[in-house]
Amino acid sequence: MVKTDFGYNSKVEGEVIVTRADAVVNWVRSHSVWPMPMGLACCAIELMAAGGSRFDISRFGMEVMRFSPRQADCMIVAGTVTYKMAEVVRRIYDQMAEPKWVVAMGACASSGGMYRSYATLQGVDNIVPVDVYISGCPPRPEALLDGMMLLQEKIRKEGGSLRRTFKGRVVETKVVS
Amino acid sequence: MDAAALTSRFPALRDLAGKDMPTYEAPGGDLLAVVKFLRDEQGFDLLADLCGVEWKDRTPRFGVVIHLLTTASKEYVRLHVPAVDDRVPSVSSLHPGANWHEREAYDMYGIRFDGHPDLRRILMWDGYPYHPLRKDFPLAGIEVPLPAADVAEVTGQAVEPAPMMGGPFVSHGGRMSEGEPSALDQSWTEERPKS
Repeated sequence: MVKTDFGYNSKVEGEVIVTRADAVVNWVRSHSVWPMPMGLACCAIELMAAGGSRFDISRFGMEVMRFSPRQADCMIVAGTVTYKMAEVVRRIYDQMAEPKWVVAMGACASSGGMYRSYATLQGVDNIVPVDVYISGCPPRPEALLDGMMLLQEKIRKEGGSLRRTFKGRVVETKVVS
Repeated sequence: MDAAALTSRFPALRDLAGKDMPTYEAPGGDLLAVVKFLRDEQGFDLLADLCGVEWKDRTPRFGVVIHLLTTASKEYVRLHVPAVDDRVPSVSSLHPGANWHEREAYDMYGIRFDGHPDLRRILMWDGYPYHPLRKDFPLAGIEVPLPAADVAEVTGQAVEPAPMMGGPFVSHGGRMSEGEPSALDQSWTEERPKS
């Protein structure tokens, strides 16, 4: 292999990389998203397929599906959210630690889908803030991976990554040297 | 099935001349004895289905339809029970599998099952004020608060009527390949309000 001086060369700066805190923190976060599978209907089957070897969501650092909201960063709402379940979805979202993201997987979670009826919430964005919407009924695992890569891109562009909010108030984090 | 033995034992049974299986209308007072007789003496040991029915211009307005099956000779019998004052005796003491079916019929139609051990809603949440499968209930729904008051306060969300886009969609009879189900009134969309 031809060695070039382009790109990172540890000899130039003496094992030191200079960058922005946001860039480092977001790089780390975007490559270790721990999803919480909020599987409510048939979309959850495609979500499971995305975890299997054929599609292999672990290529993007997302294979650690956590069934406890306290250990998860990203809630993947996969399926029809009924009004009876809406309360549960919101409570689980509230229990997730910040920073947290929500992916609405499929037509039902995005808009109610074909369920125009008395029992179905018309889109999960009515109760939780949604970062990425994935179309499909249900979406193929590739579509889910595409949506999750979009989320990674979104995470990489986020600012204020050292800022914390607690009960809606911004709490500054001091960096101690 | 020994139809003569059944009708001679229960003269109040009315033969509805079912085309696919023996069908009888059983008054609520006889229901438990009829189901017990069919189970213990005629071998109808499986309750295949129990559901509510709303009749259009009939009194009483509601009924319950029960399908029973013999696992030995694979015969069915159907019973229709008119719900006088919206009440029907529960058969869950004879067929425990009827328990959740009766809860569903109660949830969707408001039919009370006398003697049911735990008659609560099963699909909608406790405290929901309507019975959604009744013909006078709109498919889109009726606005009520969310079941959880704290979630409703944070999100500002209520149980709202769904946008129907001119629906509900109905089939127009005939072959499905010749006509897709469509709305009866297609004059309006979300952009153009209903005239």
